[in-house]
Amino acid sequence: MNIVVLLKQTFDTEAKIVISGGKVDPTGVTLVINPYDEFAIEEALTLKEAQGEGSEITVVTAGGDVAEQALRTALAMGCDKSILVSDEALDGADEWAAAEAVAAALKDVEYDIIFAGRIAVDDASGQVAVRVAEALGIPSVSSILKFETDGTVATVTREIDGGNEIIEVPLPAMLTAQKGLNEPRLPNMMGIMKAKSKPLEKKDLAAVGKAAGDVAAKFVIDSVSLPTPREAGTILKGEAAETAPELVRLLHEEAKVI
Amino acid sequence: MDFGFTEEQRMVQEMAKSFAEKEIAPYVEQDEENHYYRREILSKMGEMGLLGWSMPEEYGGNGMGWMEAVTALYEIAKVHTSWRLSISGNCWGPAMTILEYGTDEQKKKFIPPLLSGEAVGSFAMTEANSGSDVGSMKMFAEDKGSHYVLNGSKMWISGGHTSDIGLVYVCTEEGGGPKGLSCFIIDYNNTEGIERIPINKKVGMWSAPTSELVFENAQVPKENLLGPVNKGFPICMWMLNNTRMGCATGAAALSAAALEGSVAYANERTQFGQPIGKFQLVQAQIAEMKLEDDAALQLVYRAAWLKQNKMPSQQQTSMAKLYSCKAAVNAANIAMKVYGSYGYSDEYPCGRWLRDAKQFETLEGTSNIHTTIVAGIELGYQPNR
Ligand SMILES: Cc1cc2nc3c(=O)[nH]c(=O)nc-3n(C[C@H](O)[C@H](O)[C@H](O)COP(=O)(O)OP(=O)(O)OC[C@H]3O[C@@H](n4cnc5c(N)ncnc54)[C@H](O)[C@@H]3O)c2cc1C
Repeated sequence: MNIVVLLKQTFDTEAKIVISGGKVDPTGVTLVINPYDEFAIEEALTLKEAQGEGSEITVVTAGGDVAEQALRTALAMGCDKSILVSDEALDGADEWAAAEAVAAALKDVEYDIIFAGRIAVDDASGQVAVRVAEALGIPSVSSILKFETDGTVATVTREIDGGNEIIEVPLPAMLTAQKGLNEPRLPNMMGIMKAKSKPLEKKDLAAVGKAAGDVAAKFVIDSVSLPTPREAGTILKGEAAETAPELVRLLHEEAKVI
Repeated sequence: MDFGFTEEQRMVQEMAKSFAEKEIAPYVEQDEENHYYRREILSKMGEMGLLGWSMPEEYGGNGMGWMEAVTALYEIAKVHTSWRLSISGNCWGPAMTILEYGTDEQKKKFIPPLLSGEAVGSFAMTEANSGSDVGSMKMFAEDKGSHYVLNGSKMWISGGHTSDIGLVYVCTEEGGGPKGLSCFIIDYNNTEGIERIPINKKVGMWSAPTSELVFENAQVPKENLLGPVNKGFPICMWMLNNTRMGCATGAAALSAAALEGSVAYANERTQFGQPIGKFQLVQAQIAEMKLEDDAALQLVYRAAWLKQNKMPSQQQTSMAKLYSCKAAVNAANIAMKVYGSYGYSDEYPCGRWLRDAKQFETLEGTSNIHTTIVAGIELGYQPNR
């Protein structure tokens, strides 16, 4: 089987976010594979292992040169090949533009199934994978928690309000991973050693058949702001039985939730 | 000159950090409290290739060298100092020494299980009356033709009672001193006559077992002699020049852990209406820790680099060990002050840092011994090997 994983490099979730000049400042921030994309990689690796010889995983990302690090990590985890779409014209790309670039890169790639993360933890828009599916004309199912396939149809489970939904989808299809799908592995030392000799193909827009004008962002960000810091909570000291009335009073009179 | 990581080194660091966070961190408190050695962590380290440094792939080595090894050990030791011992205990101690001095049969039999984590490794020189003066050891191996018979005891052996495969240095020529020592590979599970007694009460390193080993007419086959007879002393010194990197790196990591903890605490704790980090005296403490921590780590990396490039490294290894141990003890000491009364409580790791830091000044050569090595080489009394 030919398996594709879409990946985005994001800030470490523990990174301290600083805004300067109307943008999130990347200085000194550790970059990682978007955690939801790690679920996608793990699912791809599990599928490849189940399929045995002849299966191959290609990881694809759009980003700056530094995104090579994320691809190398994916290769160290066990993916086989990678493609980085990198072009100055993609600086400040919106979800539509990123999806166009990724879909264009996939034109030359054979795929039976594509995995991606449900959202990227930075912008949290959850659009790129679905837009790529649309551009490629394949079905997509988002936020999957369980996955099986017989090679022509995928059976996936997703959580819905009050229960689970089981969906059968013909392949090729785009499936986006929700937390809980699996437990991503760490690359081992042997994987890290092998990663350096695995293919990492860098393509600019022209190489995927696009011009800068084709991917001009469709929306403009007016401003970016940090959430207002949370105020420290109140701790009621004393035995539970003694403090309960005060807690009820505060919830009723101050927080006005009961 | 290059102070940056290669792509592989960056990945090794990331992986070791995640490994320590995922597989070690969740158990630190409970295992410390119970003085418990969580054997399965070693197996997991083996599976991930974290025990196979500078070793050929045919024996299960991971294809990486010293720089990557100290990078990984550092991340592991930062989370729990006890676990730094496993890389010395399995790889740099027995496996690497067998690779250097062993026969093909010895290499094939003993190295793979040590690198895969299937076996726990150890190495034993110290005796109740023989510490710094390694050449004065009394435990004796008598040549019986087809085998040796070992009698005597070893003290303070890391992993002594959990070990499956270990090196034991013994006297093979009475009164021979350093010139009468030999090294044996002991297959602990298949050797009669060895009593292994855990040392349960010690100041720190509570999740890393330490033991007394008593040999009573223990028969060891001839083929388990490592290297030539009576050449154990140079083998031991060669080994220690490698295993000492575990101490040096582990100590630098402990100082980093104490520094990171102190920084977080100083930013969080407020007194007199501001974070305590705003007070100049606390800043001086943080700066002192940072300076020593950074210097220690640079010394560690330089020693590792020399080893990686097969250049003389004994003096640099001793400097790295000496300085890192000093930095670790000082950092643990300062952290206890920065954390105030909370540092003295079990809820924070300051007590563990201080307990664990103190081991470094003693084992694998006391600070005095390393001072002597640094000076001896500098003064031209001995070559830098
Ligand atoms: C937790 C732990 C784990 C250990 N693990 C192992 C292990 O796995 N294998 C093993 O073989 N050993 C192990 N040891 C033993 C350790 O290596 C020895 O304790 C160490 O070599 C020092 O020996 P000693 O304790 O007998 O001290 P001594 O040699 O008696 O030294 C006592 C004091 O005298 C000083 N001194 C001695 N000689 C000189 C000199 N020539 N010049 C100046 N000062 C000197 C020392 O610096 C020290 O301050 C371990 C020890 C501990 C605490």
